[in-house]
Amino acid sequence: MTSLPAPQPGAKKLGLVIDLDTCVGCHACVVSCKEWNAFGETGPLPEFGPYQAEPWGVWLNRVHTFEVGDGEDGRTVYFPKNCYHCEEPDCVTVCPTGASYKRAEDGIVLVDAALCIGCKLCSWACPYGAREFDEDGGVMKKCTLCVDRIYDENLPEGDRIPACVAACPTSARHFGDLGDASSAVSKLVAERGGCDSMPEMGYRPVSKYLPPRSIRPTRVRDERSEHKTAGGNGFLQWIDRVLSR
Amino acid sequence: MHPALSIIFFTTSSGVGYGLLAWIGLLAPIGALPLTRQFGAVSLLLALGCITAGLLSSTLHLGHPERAWRAISQWRSSWLSREGVAAIATYVPALTFAGLWLFDARNGGWAVCGWLAAAGSIVTVICTAMIYRSLKPIRQWYNRWVIPNYLMLAAMTGALWLTAVLAALDVLRPAATALAAAFVLAAAAVKLAYWRSIDQNSAGSTLASATGLPPGRPIRPLDPPHTEENYLLREMGYRIARRHAAKLRRIALGGGFFVPLILLALAWLLRGAAASAVLALVAAVAATAGVVVERWLFFAEATHTVALYYRGEAGSSVR
Repeated sequence: MTSLPAPQPGAKKLGLVIDLDTCVGCHACVVSCKEWNAFGETGPLPEFGPYQAEPWGVWLNRVHTFEVGDGEDGRTVYFPKNCYHCEEPDCVTVCPTGASYKRAEDGIVLVDAALCIGCKLCSWACPYGAREFDEDGGVMKKCTLCVDRIYDENLPEGDRIPACVAACPTSARHFGDLGDASSAVSKLVAERGGCDSMPEMGYRPVSKYLPPRSIRPTRVRDERSEHKTAGGNGFLQWIDRVLSR
Repeated sequence: MHPALSIIFFTTSSGVGYGLLAWIGLLAPIGALPLTRQFGAVSLLLALGCITAGLLSSTLHLGHPERAWRAISQWRSSWLSREGVAAIATYVPALTFAGLWLFDARNGGWAVCGWLAAAGSIVTVICTAMIYRSLKPIRQWYNRWVIPNYLMLAAMTGALWLTAVLAALDVLRPAATALAAAFVLAAAAVKLAYWRSIDQNSAGSTLASATGLPPGRPIRPLDPPHTEENYLLREMGYRIARRHAAKLRRIALGGGFFVPLILLALAWLLRGAAASAVLALVAAVAATAGVVVERWLFFAEATHTVALYYRGEAGSSVR
């Protein structure tokens, strides 16, 4: 059914909280996502011409790099982007076959590959570019929030988190229930002013971004300018005068 | 947006077919068209042939064409599904209408079938347009001129092919030529209004709104996440050079509207002569070719918000 499940008060809304302040753009989440999802529930995620001049393939997580501000105020922001498992995702409602659906029990948006006809309309309807077409299988692929990991009771409890979250070396990625105001992720969003991507689209992403903390330019000490202002009779100034001869 | 040839052919061909079917279904029962078997057979075969060829073409761009039947199941939420349902439902009155006509059983039921086929045609074209009209990430499609645009172009090409068939069978009446000319002018007006609209409005989403970073500070893409073009860029990052777009707009306007109008006038002046039938046919072919260019531009000029992440702006075309 591509109609969205009726919202239930207090329902579970699983999602990610991504800290743009601590992400260092290492792409570990990207590689880890590809490794986990190339097999199992989602796989395969094909690569085309992997050892040729123009390799490309299906990846469900991408890290963009942006430059924010000018000159001394400028800084680099790494921006990991994957499906936000929106509360009102048009990618689901446009699906003509019922292959795309949003789960009532936890809000995860999935594609049933056995029903997908590969019309690509869902990828047009997603403003974020979260869906990529698998040309080998003729079906659409997307982030499953590692649904075949987070509920797997054969895994140690600490490993029941999405592969991207497990891989992050700076703990910039957090996973949890954003429908529960008392959860760690909800508190993080409240504390840090977590925000939606493209709120104007009205898709209401479940996953949030934590903005970079104060964007304060780093002052670099310049030895030459220190030298010019050096004066007085201190020991360091004496050394400076001796060395400057 | 990447202009897929199968979709361009589909919307053009089904537009011609539904336009023609709507005019026949509307006008034949009120006696405004010749009721000969020959006219009924030729015109309805052309209409249903164009519709069927278009619908089959639309399945060509699917990853799994053999599963296309599944697409009629989600009519509650999906315009693509509604289009499939409307297209299939329209065959019922259309085939009944054609059958009753060819077996000379033109009664009250026949007239009702004609009107139902006309209504089904209009609904199907609206559903096709709504597939595009409902996509918020593409501002050139999420536009109020899209539905009038699809309706008017279907009505125009339908009327021109109706004129061509009437002229070929030497039964062209002034009213049919006038109808076609009126719809060429109306469709041109709607197309110009659409182009004016997409040239004026600008994207509501920015890289600032996409990243949630403070809007006052300039944001530039520094490094893309991958070195080669991926699915997102191929499918949704398609860009057309601005000067090419301007040139193609002139070609679509000239070939699709101006040339057919001149040819219609000539066909009318030479009515009765064999040249008249040729001119009316060329007018219909020119208009259809113009719509192919227009449909290609409809895709090529459309920009998707995913381009923001790569280029910093979604709505820019290459100079």
